[in-house]
Amino acid sequence: MSLSTHQDEPTRTVEVDSHTLNFGPQHPAAHGVLRLILEMKGELVERADPHIGLLHRGTEKLIEYKTYLQALPYMDRLDYVSPMAMEHGFALATERLLGIEADVPLRAKYIRVLFSELTRLLNHLLNITTYALDCGAITPALWGFEQREHLLEFYEAVGGSHYHVNYFRPGGVAKDLPAGLEDRIGAWARGFPKFIDDLEGLLTNNRIFKQRTVDVGIMSAEQAMEWGFSGPCLRASGVPWDLRKSQPYEVYDRMEFDIPVGRQGDCYDRYLVRMQEMRQSLRIIDQCLAQMRPGPIKLQDNKITPPKRSEMKRSMEALIHHFKLYTEGYHVPEGATYTVVEAPKGEFGVYMVADGSNRPYRCKIRAPGYAHLQAMEVLSKGHMLADAVAIIGSLDIVFGEIDR
Amino acid sequence: MAENLEDLGAAIVAALPAGAVESTSAQRGAELVLQVQRDSLVQTMLALRDACGFEQLMDIAGVDWPNRPLRFEVVYNLLSLSRNRRVTVITATNDVLPVPSICGVWPVATWYEREAWDMYGIVFSGQSDLRRLLTDYGFEGHPLRKDFPLTGHVEVRYDEERKAVVYEPVKLTQDFRSFDFESPWEAMTTLPGDEKVHLNRIEAPKPTEAKP
Repeated sequence: MSLSTHQDEPTRTVEVDSHTLNFGPQHPAAHGVLRLILEMKGELVERADPHIGLLHRGTEKLIEYKTYLQALPYMDRLDYVSPMAMEHGFALATERLLGIEADVPLRAKYIRVLFSELTRLLNHLLNITTYALDCGAITPALWGFEQREHLLEFYEAVGGSHYHVNYFRPGGVAKDLPAGLEDRIGAWARGFPKFIDDLEGLLTNNRIFKQRTVDVGIMSAEQAMEWGFSGPCLRASGVPWDLRKSQPYEVYDRMEFDIPVGRQGDCYDRYLVRMQEMRQSLRIIDQCLAQMRPGPIKLQDNKITPPKRSEMKRSMEALIHHFKLYTEGYHVPEGATYTVVEAPKGEFGVYMVADGSNRPYRCKIRAPGYAHLQAMEVLSKGHMLADAVAIIGSLDIVFGEIDR
Repeated sequence: MAENLEDLGAAIVAALPAGAVESTSAQRGAELVLQVQRDSLVQTMLALRDACGFEQLMDIAGVDWPNRPLRFEVVYNLLSLSRNRRVTVITATNDVLPVPSICGVWPVATWYEREAWDMYGIVFSGQSDLRRLLTDYGFEGHPLRKDFPLTGHVEVRYDEERKAVVYEPVKLTQDFRSFDFESPWEAMTTLPGDEKVHLNRIEAPKPTEAKP
């Protein structure tokens, strides 16, 4: 009888090989200091719990103790892969609270758009190439970093340094472009499509790269919306949403460009969207260079922007303005704003509360990567450990902005 | 975007549960702000998502106003992709009254609520995962409160003798200085003959209600 045989055999407990894995905080594929606790069911990810905050520097608290002008350099240190996009959000929010957004000179707006797009290239170059590195391809990183070096030289030409440029200021930009820079950017931009073709040749139809990324980490459009996705990650899921088109700021309404949209929402689509975005950014750069005219590059109101150095040698008023601006700063009228820019990683928002004094009362930074990383568990559940690496790479995680 | 912000506000108020919205305002005529009741927050958010088309929750921010009876503001920034609109929803609370969690409406809220708990000590009811997020393991206090010092309470260093990382009370070699650049005479009433000072300002500063 079957019953008796069951009673004879002792109950056997089958031990499923389940264990917890600490991924990071120091791991080259974690793209920074991410401690990801993975609960593995055999070789498959069952739970993923990212522990963040290892790079938390209290930016928001520090900003509350600085004047608006002193707070701006902190923005560079958020997403240090796309510094100017971060400055842009802060500068726009301050301008909006001051009520001077309409008074910013046209050339300043063009310069900002130009450098926002150069920043986008800078960011996507790093992401795509290191992402390929995560998936086992070394060459793209070697090639990409050479191009990044050219872009960083443009940064250096305007701001004096490669990363922490502090270039976009409320009321315009810090300095005008040095002579000849427009031509240098133009010449570089003409040669860059060839590089994108080469990079695509390495990756887009690469069998190994596709095996690692196609159908991995799929996010449907509905999921992407409820998980607060934005930027390329949202567009890869098939939502044609780009703040540069839908809520244009600066001179984006004068630019002609397309929004690349993915279909599957997998890691491969996120790569493809970024790749296409680079080509669109180049189009915007070309249009900027063609449309830009000489003119003032910052607001002429010395209560907000510093006077010229030469004026300060002669005019007492200019000297006083300079002194007052760099000690007391300007007083921003009471109010609150949630101002966003389309940063390379997605929607970068600054919720700023001003209380009428010379310091921000509150400055909440909405980092796109923060929302993306939170969806790590949804994205990686049921995938292999190696796929988790590909997913992190495709989300474009930078801890400067996530931990703040 | 600004042309019919009042209409949008009125339409949203009509779609929401009665009595949920305390007031609507438009910041500088461009950004719609709703002050809502804390208790009906979840219904409000559901109505905003389903009836008003605000599909995305982009951000939750806490703001500390120590002089108010309910010291914390919780600020929700919503985005509608289909209507290309933004709305800011604000509710007030203090350090003990819980705010209903909206992680059932948008799963992305979990980390934002954890951050608000971590930074301000705002409690969210119905949030099963209210762990600290950004601060150190074993951290005490809520650093973004206005009464939390900028320097913090403890500093960390590696102790060579004990071969371990140790936490010690903060010792500053120089006192922490918070400069107040606001001229004392400008903050008071205009002195006779000194009206020009106020004309040249962007806005006459008034005594701030909460000095950190």
